[in-house]
Amino acid sequence: MENLLSGDTHTLSVYVSNKPGVLARIAQVFARRAYNIDSLVVSSSVDGKFSRMTITAKGNPEGLEQIIKQMNKLIDVVHCVDHTGEKAVAQELALVKIAAGLKHRGEALQVAEHFKCKTVDLTDHSMILMVTGSTEKIDALVRMVNKYEIIELVRTGKVVMARGKEVN
Amino acid sequence: MNQETMDGAQALVKGLENEGVEYIWGLSGGAAIPIFDALVTTKTKIKLILVRHEQGAAHMADGYARATGRPGVVLVTSGPGATNTVTGIMTANMDSIPIVVLTGQTVTPMLGKDAFQEADVFGLTMPIVKHSYLIKNTADIPRIIREAFYIATSGRPGPVLIDIPKDISQGLFSGNLHAEMDLPGYSLKNGFDHSRILEIAGALSRSRKPILLVGHGALVANASDTVRLLAERLSAPVTTTLLGKGAFPESHPLSLGMLGMHGTAYANKAMVECDLVMSIGSRYDDRIIGQPHRFCKDAVRIHIDIDESEIGKMIKCHHWCVGDARLIVQELVKHVGPLNTSAWLKYLDGYKRKFPLKYKKSGGLKMQHVLEELYKMTNGGAIISTDVGQHQMWAAQFYKTDHPGNWLSSGGAGTMGFGLPAAIGAQFGRPQELVVAVLGDGGFQMTMSELSTACVHKLPIKVIILNNHYLGMVRQWQELFYEERESGVDLEGNPDFAKLANAYPGAKGFTLKRPADIRKILRRALDYNEGPAVVNAECVKTDNVYPMIPAGKALEDMLVEKPTTRLEKPTGST
Repeated sequence: MENLLSGDTHTLSVYVSNKPGVLARIAQVFARRAYNIDSLVVSSSVDGKFSRMTITAKGNPEGLEQIIKQMNKLIDVVHCVDHTGEKAVAQELALVKIAAGLKHRGEALQVAEHFKCKTVDLTDHSMILMVTGSTEKIDALVRMVNKYEIIELVRTGKVVMARGKEVN
Repeated sequence: MNQETMDGAQALVKGLENEGVEYIWGLSGGAAIPIFDALVTTKTKIKLILVRHEQGAAHMADGYARATGRPGVVLVTSGPGATNTVTGIMTANMDSIPIVVLTGQTVTPMLGKDAFQEADVFGLTMPIVKHSYLIKNTADIPRIIREAFYIATSGRPGPVLIDIPKDISQGLFSGNLHAEMDLPGYSLKNGFDHSRILEIAGALSRSRKPILLVGHGALVANASDTVRLLAERLSAPVTTTLLGKGAFPESHPLSLGMLGMHGTAYANKAMVECDLVMSIGSRYDDRIIGQPHRFCKDAVRIHIDIDESEIGKMIKCHHWCVGDARLIVQELVKHVGPLNTSAWLKYLDGYKRKFPLKYKKSGGLKMQHVLEELYKMTNGGAIISTDVGQHQMWAAQFYKTDHPGNWLSSGGAGTMGFGLPAAIGAQFGRPQELVVAVLGDGGFQMTMSELSTACVHKLPIKVIILNNHYLGMVRQWQELFYEERESGVDLEGNPDFAKLANAYPGAKGFTLKRPADIRKILRRALDYNEGPAVVNAECVKTDNVYPMIPAGKALEDMLVEKPTTRLEKPTGST
C-alpha cells in the first residue's frame, strides 16, 4: 500500500457554515482515507454565520484533490481551497516553555531576540517565549532552544490568507 | 389548523404536505409519538404505512423512490428504531436514492445523557447521508423540511436524515411555515462547460470502436431517450451497469447488456477491445473496471457525471464533463454524426453468437430457466426488484430491462433483504403495474416480516424465491477460490416458504420443483391478485454464475465457464 503520509504538506482553507457537527463531517473525510491532519485552526469569520478552518495535511496530490472535492461536496462547506504554492500569507504562533534558569538566561534571551520572540513569562527556573512566523522559522527556534529542556510546546497551527484583495 | 396552537409535529406534517408527500413508511415508539399523533390531528392526506421492522421502512421508501423518481419518506422512533434504518440509509446512499428519514429523539435537555432509547443518530449516520439535521428549535422545522427534500432530490440525489427531539415535536410551533431555504454551501451546477462537449465530440469523431457505458446517473437525469438518440446517431454499442439497467433498452440491437463482474461476455470483451469508452452517469466502480490501471488502458476514456468528485476517482480520463447527463448528451448529439462502426458492430455480433448467456435446462430446476420464462410471460414489462447474490446476477442477465424505473436492485451496498420491501414500496408508487420481487432464500428471510405489510394493504406483488438452500454466491466463491471448503453458507432449516406464505392472511404460496411446471406455476402466481403471491422455487443447489471476472482481476481475465484449473484467492474488494 502506498504511504499516504508521504508527499508535500498542503494548507487548505475551508469556509464553512458555523454549525454544530461541521468539524466532525470534515474530520471524517480525512479519517476515511487515512490522512492525518497535522494542524487545524477553526475560528469564526467576519460574518458570524460562517467559520474559517485552516487545515494542514501531508499527502499525495491525487489523494488530496479527492479530499478537497469530497469536502466541497459537503452541504455545510461553502468552499475549500488548497493554498499550497499560491500567493498567500501563512503564519503560526507558538508558546515555548524552556527550563532556562539564571545561568542560561542571558544566552536564551539572545536567541529569543534573534527570533523576535516575546518573553511572556519569566521565573528563576523557566521562561515562556512567544513567537510568530512561518512554520520553518518556528521549527528553527525549537531546534535552537532544544539545548535547554523544553518543558512544554504549544503551536497554533498555520493560519493562512490570500495576498491582495482576493478572498478565499 | 390554527398556526397559533400548532405544535412542532404538526408544522412538520404541513412541511411534508408542501413537498407533495403521499406515503410515509414507519414504525412508532416513544420519542416519535407526537409526530404519529400529528398525522391524525392534522387530518393530513399523507398515508402512513406501518411496517414490521424499520429496515423494511427504509427499503420501501427506497423502492418507491427508484420506481417513481419521487423521494421516499421514513418515520421511526429514537435509539433502536433509528439504528434499524441504518442499513437502508446506507443502501440509498450508495445508490444515490432520494429518501428523507425522520427519526424521533429524546428531549433536548437529555441529549448526551444516555436517556432511554437515546442514540446519537446524527453522529451514527453522518458518513452515510448526503446531509443531516438535528432540530433544536421549532421555528427551524419548515426550513429544514424544505432543505431536506431539495438536497435529497437535486444534484446527485441521496438520503437526508432529520433527528427530531420530542420537546421540539411536542413544543408550540413559533415561526414561519413558509420559511426560505438557507444553503450557502450547496450550489448546483446548472450548465456545463461547452468547450468540453466539443472536445468529446472530437474524440468521438475519431473513434471506430466506441462503446457507451450507461449508468444510473442517466436514469436519475431522465436521459434515457437522449442516450438512445446519441447511440443511434453514432451507431455506437451500449452497455449498462447493474443500476443502469433500463437507461437503454436491452432488447435494442445496439445493446450489449450488462457489463462487469457477472456481465455478458460480449460486453466485457467489447470493453477490452474498444478504442473509446464514454461513461454517461456511471462511476467506473470496482465491479465494472476490475483492475483500474488495466481498464481500457489503450482506449480514449471519457466521463460524464454530475458529481465532480467522481472524475478521476477510480480511473484517469482523457475528457470529462461535469453536469446533468441529459443536458450534456442533448448538446453532444448536436455535434456528432454517424461513426463508421459497421465493422466493429459486426465483430461484436460475432462475440454475441460465440459467447451467449447460456445454461442447461436439464438436471433440475435452474434459476436462469425460471427467470427466462418469467421474462417471456411478462413480456419484459414487470418492475423487478432483487436481493443480492446469484439470483440477482441471473435476474440481471436474463430479465432484460427496457424501461427506466423497472429495475430495482441494491448495487453499491449489496444489501440482502432489500428485494421484498423495495417491491412493496414500488407497488405503492405504481399501483397499476406488475411488481415482481426476485429473491434468494437467504435475503428473503432477512426481511420476510414485511409480508404482513404487503398483506395488510393487499398488494398483488409476486415474490419469487429462487431457493437453493444456500448463500449461493459465497458458496460459489468458496468452490472456486477456497478449494471447495464451505463455511457458513448452508441454510439448513429453511421453512416451507409456500406454507409460510399461506399462514399470512391474503397471501398465497406456490411450490415449484420441476422445470416442466415453470410456466404453469408462474401463471397461477401472476394471476393471483388478492395479495402477495409467493413462489418457492426449489432450484439446483450448486450452480455457478458465469461469466465471472474474479474480484481484483482485469476484464481480460473473465471466466466464461467453470475453470479447469485451481484459482488463486481474489485480491480485489469482496
